[in-house]
Amino acid sequence: MASATYLLGLADDALIYAQRLGEWMTNAPQIEEDMALGNIALDLLGQARALYPHVGELDGTGRGEDDFAMLRYEREFRNVHLVEQERGDFAQEMARLLWFSAYQVELHRSLSGATDEVVRGVGQKAVKEVRYHLDHAQQWVVRLGDGTDESHRRMQAALDWVAPYVDELFDDDPVSVAAVREGSVGVHSPASLRPAVQHVVELTVSQATLTMPDPPAWRSRGGRDGIHSRPMGYLLAELQHIARSHPGATW
Amino acid sequence: MSAVITDLSVVEAISRIPDPEVPVISIADLGILRSIEVDEADHRVVVTITPTYSGCPAMEAITSRIVFEADRRGYAADVLTRLSPAWTTDWMSDEGKEALRRFGIAPPGPVTHGHTGPVAVSLQKRVVTCPSCGSDDTTEIAHFGSTACKALRRCESCREPFDEFKAI
Repeated sequence: MASATYLLGLADDALIYAQRLGEWMTNAPQIEEDMALGNIALDLLGQARALYPHVGELDGTGRGEDDFAMLRYEREFRNVHLVEQERGDFAQEMARLLWFSAYQVELHRSLSGATDEVVRGVGQKAVKEVRYHLDHAQQWVVRLGDGTDESHRRMQAALDWVAPYVDELFDDDPVSVAAVREGSVGVHSPASLRPAVQHVVELTVSQATLTMPDPPAWRSRGGRDGIHSRPMGYLLAELQHIARSHPGATW
Repeated sequence: MSAVITDLSVVEAISRIPDPEVPVISIADLGILRSIEVDEADHRVVVTITPTYSGCPAMEAITSRIVFEADRRGYAADVLTRLSPAWTTDWMSDEGKEALRRFGIAPPGPVTHGHTGPVAVSLQKRVVTCPSCGSDDTTEIAHFGSTACKALRRCESCREPFDEFKAI
């Protein structure tokens, strides 16, 4: 059942990044950015909420969105390390959002052609939204890169910071490959999405008078197998503690 | 069940439910009400709605309002949420757009397609008309407004800030 596992990874990317972006509310440099990042988080949460129950159908467990989001342990989450990293400065967030939203534009455009009706619906809906996320990130990267000496320096440092986490998005892991082979939910393998994403990022970076980082000395791996980095446990503790403290509570 | 209300038909009552975030426009005029099927024999209605944005938090409020309005008229409602085809502001009625403008929200223009290739960055040059004074001389203050579906703008002519319903 590679299809269900593959979708779970996509849903986990969206949920965990929504949680990270939500932390910007009351912490962004402007109140408008509180709203913007909160809205982007909400769109991502919507993707996750649409996908989780479908994963529960496909894997035959019948689990719902809360079972997936609130009652799984760290090793059961399949998100990439990029989305779980702690919130850095605003430039770091824009560097992460640039890569992630450029990736999601290609991902959801691809999912829009899935034969699975739910996945196709999520893709068609999300592709419109994530283009807007990408536009937002691009505008900030250009504004900061082509801004003052200080903003330029920090935006460049942010691109360098995010670089080791990028490759993991495009790994053709066995589950993704098998899902594409099964054919109903996987359309294009992660690696095949990379050229278009890379092009968009390079275009933006060049317009921002910044340079693409050299290939990083190390790279993250393991997220799709449930092996996470240190910040993930803290994130889950915050995300899940109410649901776990009051099992079955409704309001 | 208490007394059944008969002022409006169940279809009309559901169609007129206001959007919880933008109460000047009904869910029908907003284009998120996709269909209502009434089974008179069983006194059931099946209502299909679609979210404006994937994470729209108003969906639960809308669902419970549909159930409430149906129940008051003696019907049990099943509310289905459908993502595909994806909602577009092109589904908004002309009456709905006019209601938004009167309320001080610039209505969405037509959706531009062509936004598919790699995007060069540009500060947007779309013309958005100020809902209070009618000037076209307006600028975007923030990409995202008070809800996911709106952006924040300012009129350079009358200096009023206003929300713009984004074309999507």
